[in-house]
Amino acid sequence: MENTIGGQARSQEKYPVLEMRNIRKEFPGVLALDNVNFILLKGEVHILLGENGAGKSTLVKIISGAYQKSAGSLVLDGEEIEIKNPRQAQRLGISIIYQEFNLIPELTAAENIFLGREFLFSPGIIDQKKQNLEAQRLLDDLGVTINARHFVADLGVAQKQMVEVAKALSLDAKIIIMDEPTSALTKKEITELFTAIKHLKERGVSIIYISHRLEELSEIGDRVTVLRDGKHIGTHQVSNLSEDDLIKMMVDRELTEQYPKQRQQIGDEILRIEKLNRRGILEDISFSMHQGEILGVAGLLGSGRTELARAIFGADKIDSGKIYIGGKLQQVKNPKNAINLHIGYLTEDRKTEGLVLDLSVQSNVCLASLEQFSKFGVINPKREEKTAFKYVNDLRIKTPSLNQKVLFLSGGNQQKVVVSKWLCSNAKVLIFDEPTRGIDVGSKVEIYQLMNRLTASGVGILMISSELPEIMGMSDRVMVMRQGMIAGIYNTDEVTQEKILQDALGAVSYAV
Amino acid sequence: MQYKEFILHNARQFGTLFGLFVLIILLWILTPHFLTISNLLNVAQQTSINAIIAVGMTFVIIAAGIDLSVGSIMAFSGVVLASALEAGLPLPIALLISLAVGMVCGLLNGLFITYGKLPPFIATLGMMSVARGAALLYTQGRPISGFAEDFRSFATGEILGIPTPVIIMIGVYIIAHFVLNRTKLGRYTYAIGGNEEASVLSGINVKFFKTMIYAICGMLSGLAAIILTARLNSAQPIAGIMYELDAIAATVIGGTSLMGGEGRIVGTLIGALIMGVLRNGLNLLGISSFVQQIIIGSVIIIAVLIDMALKKHRK
Repeated sequence: MENTIGGQARSQEKYPVLEMRNIRKEFPGVLALDNVNFILLKGEVHILLGENGAGKSTLVKIISGAYQKSAGSLVLDGEEIEIKNPRQAQRLGISIIYQEFNLIPELTAAENIFLGREFLFSPGIIDQKKQNLEAQRLLDDLGVTINARHFVADLGVAQKQMVEVAKALSLDAKIIIMDEPTSALTKKEITELFTAIKHLKERGVSIIYISHRLEELSEIGDRVTVLRDGKHIGTHQVSNLSEDDLIKMMVDRELTEQYPKQRQQIGDEILRIEKLNRRGILEDISFSMHQGEILGVAGLLGSGRTELARAIFGADKIDSGKIYIGGKLQQVKNPKNAINLHIGYLTEDRKTEGLVLDLSVQSNVCLASLEQFSKFGVINPKREEKTAFKYVNDLRIKTPSLNQKVLFLSGGNQQKVVVSKWLCSNAKVLIFDEPTRGIDVGSKVEIYQLMNRLTASGVGILMISSELPEIMGMSDRVMVMRQGMIAGIYNTDEVTQEKILQDALGAVSYAV
Repeated sequence: MQYKEFILHNARQFGTLFGLFVLIILLWILTPHFLTISNLLNVAQQTSINAIIAVGMTFVIIAAGIDLSVGSIMAFSGVVLASALEAGLPLPIALLISLAVGMVCGLLNGLFITYGKLPPFIATLGMMSVARGAALLYTQGRPISGFAEDFRSFATGEILGIPTPVIIMIGVYIIAHFVLNRTKLGRYTYAIGGNEEASVLSGINVKFFKTMIYAICGMLSGLAAIILTARLNSAQPIAGIMYELDAIAATVIGGTSLMGGEGRIVGTLIGALIMGVLRNGLNLLGISSFVQQIIIGSVIIIAVLIDMALKKHRK
């Protein structure tokens, strides 16, 4: 698609400060960015838009030096450069404001702004007065009311952001990257942030702004670039596009035959959740799932998907709500309860939550069901080995031996070990949280086939996924979550990706 | 397990064993007194107390914890044991009391760590001081000495020429090896140390098993107290100072990772023997105890440096 820079009268002052040409970034097994072109103009607010995993974060991490590109070139102020680390990016005038702040709460705003670059009277002695004055000037310039001598711990979220921005300015930042800056802000704070952004623009600072909130785009953005599956889909003037256009750009992709979905006989209800609440996290969640069914759960990061999984599994306490398993009301107080009730939870991050990497394949497969193999606390190694062998064979886990540490297995095989763990514990309700994340394409298909086999045997799978095609390709029904609530439940045949994304973004409320 | 795989999976332990052999050969060359049956039995006997405490330490460290209180707990168990013997309680009861005192101290450690959510370093640092103070208070700072021959035989006796403490040590190691490799408790010890979050999410009652591990560690300190008291024919409230460091050293030299999740009980035995052999050899060579401290400290650092370098190489 064509860019809109050339040809317009004002483009003379709006020259490109940063050009990214044919940027490619590979992670083992994943192509995160595929020949992406990106041009940032002086003094513009450039919105970066895309689904989870579209490549936005990867792109800005390459700009800020946190990642190294695999191929392509970066041109800053007309000069081709390599950005090797965040420090260098900072020296070049590129600053990133992270969602989680890099400030030290026990220090004042001024001390944070000049951390490591303190104003000194003489070696080792800080000139507090001058430092405070300078910091105050930076903050005032942003049009915000923050006392530079206040401790960061006492500041609100928006104010902390402003301190970060002031710090960036003190480093002479020409490019400031903001990653979902409004996600934790109130309406009033957002207005303040936008005022500050306008001040920044007037000073000629260019801003890359990542956000999911479509309604903010027209208010603050000049141009928007949409990424999808690591590809550059288009760059346009924000004023030229409607929300529907944007959503279409974000999800418009042909569904290929990579999903070997087999529909199973949908059986009895196996899980029902009624009015589940966890204060500030989950609100009035009610749904049911059946034998042989895959219920997809879509939603943005932070929409409460993983929290819902943890609540059902007893890993987090709930404030109220009922959980029925196989039609019976059950108390799930902790994961042990959940496992006894035949629930299994394949976590989002298998390395930190799913596996004990230093233990063997066999030990991991049997970890959640050692009771089966032990008497008076003594494990029967023959029976344990036999069971582990069965799953390794059955799921075709590639490992030199049952005693191999899972640490040394590939991502796909590690994931199969986690699945085996829950098969071994005889789970009937399986919660899969991002089951194919970080797994190569071949193994993905194997995981999907495995899901088919599981549903054929009467298991119900609650499949949380950030990949819409996966949700569309594998689930029987889709549940969309937004801000801890259910935004909609649909039969997969009767819903479009656009509709799901609208629900997830909450676009409907103001699109009407 | 295949023969080849066995070697591969225990490469670290074979490495430590090799270190021990090198040390033994070195000392054999340097002093004729070293490689005699009586001296070797002597080494084994001297090693037994540290080796037994180090078993508990190995469990704790595999579970990604640490226990600084083992020396103090041993002293406290020792003085309570001595007073029980002095009061004329039957020997088996007195022994059980010694084990129970150690176990209760360890249990408290475990409860503070799991339910109180204290870092193990802090909880056991506190217990180190509390148990030491309790031992001093209990005895008013004076040792309790002079016991009957049947009790003293725990240190002086021998079966088939092997000193009783060595037999006890071997027994403890066999049981510990079995527990670590063949029981749920052992498996969960590795799992908790390797990945606590994954353990919770696999339905393991992490708090219960962690508490058990510290209780076992305390109980083994109580067992060590029996041997020490019998050997010295006296229970000293200031006994066992710095024993925690010897136990940690033996564990770490034996290849247990301070990060948790990894370690073998056999490695710890070899580690304890290396320390015992080193001390004994340096004594035979007439090297001053000041220099000995420097050498032993250096050995600990070098052992771990080599271990880390090898691990990096493997990855």
